[in-house]
Amino acid sequence: MSEAHSAEEVQKHVRMYMYIFGTLLVMTAVTVAVSYLNLSIVPALVVALVVATFKGTLVARYFMHLSGEKPIIFQFLILTAVFLVFMFILFIWALSDQRGVASYVS
Amino acid sequence: MTNTTEHDHHHELSFIRKWIFSTDHKVIGIQYGLTALFFLLFGFCLMLLMRWQLAYPGDPVPIIGWLFSDETMPGGVMLPEFYNQLGAMHGTIMVFLGVVPLAVGAFGNYIVPLQIGAPDMAFPKLNMASYWVYFIGGVVMLSSFLVPAGAAKAGWTSYPPLADIETMGQTMWLIGMFFLITSSLLGAVNFLTTIIQLRTEGMTYMRMPFFTWVQFVTAFLLLLAFPPLEAAAVLQLADRLIDTSFFLPSGLVVSGEILEVSGGGSPLLWQHLFWFLAHPEVYVLILPAMGIVCEIIANNTRKPLWGYKLMVQSLVFLGVMSFVVWAHHMFITGMGTGLSTFFQITTMIISVPSVVILSGMFLSLWGASIRFTTPMLFALAFLPMFGIGGLTGLPLGLAPTDIPLHDTMYIIGHFHYIVAPGTIMALMAGIYYWFPKVTGRYMNDILGKIHFWGTLIFMNGIFMPMFIQGLAGVSRRLYDGGQTYEFASEVIKYNEFMSQSAFLLAIFQLPFIVNFFWSIWKGKKVDDDNPWKATTLEWSATPTPPLAHGNFETTPVVYRGPYEYSVPGEESDYLPQNQP
Amino acid sequence: MEIPYTVHPRPDTGVTNAKVGIWLFLASEIMLFGGLFSAYIFLRMGAPEWPGTTMSGHYYASASDILSVPLAALNTVILIASSVTIVLAWASLMTNNFSKYRIYMGLTILMSFGFLIVKSIEYSTKFEHGLFPSESTFLAIYFVMTGLHAIHVIGGIVVNAYLLGPGAKMWKTNPTQYTNRIEVAGLYWHFVDIVWIFLFPTIYLI
Repeated sequence: MSEAHSAEEVQKHVRMYMYIFGTLLVMTAVTVAVSYLNLSIVPALVVALVVATFKGTLVARYFMHLSGEKPIIFQFLILTAVFLVFMFILFIWALSDQRGVASYVS
Repeated sequence: MTNTTEHDHHHELSFIRKWIFSTDHKVIGIQYGLTALFFLLFGFCLMLLMRWQLAYPGDPVPIIGWLFSDETMPGGVMLPEFYNQLGAMHGTIMVFLGVVPLAVGAFGNYIVPLQIGAPDMAFPKLNMASYWVYFIGGVVMLSSFLVPAGAAKAGWTSYPPLADIETMGQTMWLIGMFFLITSSLLGAVNFLTTIIQLRTEGMTYMRMPFFTWVQFVTAFLLLLAFPPLEAAAVLQLADRLIDTSFFLPSGLVVSGEILEVSGGGSPLLWQHLFWFLAHPEVYVLILPAMGIVCEIIANNTRKPLWGYKLMVQSLVFLGVMSFVVWAHHMFITGMGTGLSTFFQITTMIISVPSVVILSGMFLSLWGASIRFTTPMLFALAFLPMFGIGGLTGLPLGLAPTDIPLHDTMYIIGHFHYIVAPGTIMALMAGIYYWFPKVTGRYMNDILGKIHFWGTLIFMNGIFMPMFIQGLAGVSRRLYDGGQTYEFASEVIKYNEFMSQSAFLLAIFQLPFIVNFFWSIWKGKKVDDDNPWKATTLEWSATPTPPLAHGNFETTPVVYRGPYEYSVPGEESDYLPQNQP
Repeated sequence: MEIPYTVHPRPDTGVTNAKVGIWLFLASEIMLFGGLFSAYIFLRMGAPEWPGTTMSGHYYASASDILSVPLAALNTVILIASSVTIVLAWASLMTNNFSKYRIYMGLTILMSFGFLIVKSIEYSTKFEHGLFPSESTFLAIYFVMTGLHAIHVIGGIVVNAYLLGPGAKMWKTNPTQYTNRIEVAGLYWHFVDIVWIFLFPTIYLI
């Protein structure tokens, strides 16, 4: 993403950054507003995670220039994501399939 | 830098810039190597004290016993608390301050840029920082022996709740670990960037020497596995310093009283986070050893490495799988059958690529006229030693057999066969092999062979009886070796034999130490730049020792694979990678 | 020999060394915060009640009863805005407008301090009410995770301040590399922003 950027292209980018900024603010408002609805845990969790993932993706895609980034960077991120997902899944599984856990949490 | 004129002046660097705060990967590699060898020796000495105690519990340590304080060894007789310190710090020092810095920090730093034709690491200043952060971590770990109540006593795994309620030494351990983790992360970023970005023209991934491949995968393991341990260390530090209860369950009773904490934590959480690092860490310990051995085998059999491509694929698969096997260290925690089945299956799967790599090394020997040089002897010894270590691991990867064996001497024997007769043999091979590259002089061959045979025999003398003791049910954490247990009485007598082997092993390291320092200044000079007649760039494209600034006179270009030995129809029995 | 690809990208990977390095570093950071988040999940799923029964004598039914959602939302806005300014700072360098760059970078650093000030107000209110990390697992998670995030913010301030201050000399000698550095610093800063984007709902709202 360096080198061959004309001034015009960067101007276009700047406009895009502003749109993204606006969207992020709206999504922040949404997530706060939803929290005041006092939803039960599962829908609240889903909304919170969907909104957060959406916001995170916007930041990564536009501010971190991941759209149009080189394949090597994606390879790192995919590898990391795979291990991260394994960690989450196995930790959750580990907790639910563990004898004697009840005595820890009493 | 656009303005390079001031850099091109080869003005002499001051001693401090050249040898202490150097940014040259070769000097940093040497710094890592010497520091790591010191720590290996230090960790070895801790082990000797432990072995004395196991063989002769209650007897004062001879000769040096009076050196120790009354809090550790009053009258030369070891206290149980001190034995626990020795055990925890032996593990920590050997793994994090000895083997990994030597295998990755020293060999990786020195050899990888040379093997891929790079002028230096991608981030030289970061490289210097990672050495010095490692150094500080080592100092913190050593100084933890001096704090009140001594160093960490909760084992190298630092399991809570014990570690949470330990004395101050444990806090020092955690702080030391932060430095060591930071150092490893900086190093890993540097290695990966170097290998991805600085490969010279023609050096495609499938032309990289196996050693470089190994460092590449190892760096990924360090990069992605260490941070969860860092997270865990943050949580344990919080438990210790700001009285949180991440790892402390409700209603925990310590010395007959309920602990005054909020509770609600889980000791198992630490184990999961710890082994998420520590299983890949096992591969960090063993993979560089495999890389070294492959280089030496190819060079001394004068044959291409058998199945290079298959071995690289196995290596990558091994690296990925090593992230999803960790809970096989936790079968005795009361894990449910579903989860335990998953981890047993992944453990059996991961043994396949390990066997493929080991078989590749064995098959490389087939039909070769082997040059039995000192490095080759060490490399050859690695094969059966690693084989024993690997095979004895199989019963530990299956829950039904692991449960009775887990807390016995058997497991000590198993992992020591991997890291001591396995990895350390390979590291020694690497030292003898690359010593001429670094210094321009050979190490003495006769002393080397004395060192080899003594080491091989007495290492087995220490570790082989552990399997027998373990199968008989001797626990691995008893400071008197289990004297009071009747069922152990038949096998406990081996302790004396094992300890004497350990002391003899120490004596047989003396030829190595003498040889090492003597050869730096007085060793036989190499006849030419490529004394082993090797194909890889670190030998064939740069003078011996390499140029101080930038490694190569001109950037080498690579035309062929890494192990073109004895190519039919060629005059020479080796074709260097940079030969058109 | 100089180290290649410090300024211009390597042809076959298409990126500079620094770009590879920062993304690898961020990958390890993902695993660091990933480890903390999995600890959080592990402890929360194992807990009978969340955020916990009584803390310092009071009963709290939900996380938002203990923590201040408005302050955290304000901090979210501050951090997002600082992400925008740092990317605008980079864009200004791309169009050779150094004075505009300095304004945007200065704003970024100012907002980072703003974030920390709000954070410290939050912390001190908790302490005043006797809500310490030792009170419950919920508070322990809250303080440790936001604390570690705050350390990352401080790290970002140090880097950005260096680049705006003494590091800015490089703009005269090697503008391309300087622009790359700002981009790399920006990548780190956006990552800190993303971590907060996930911390905010998971700790404060649910």
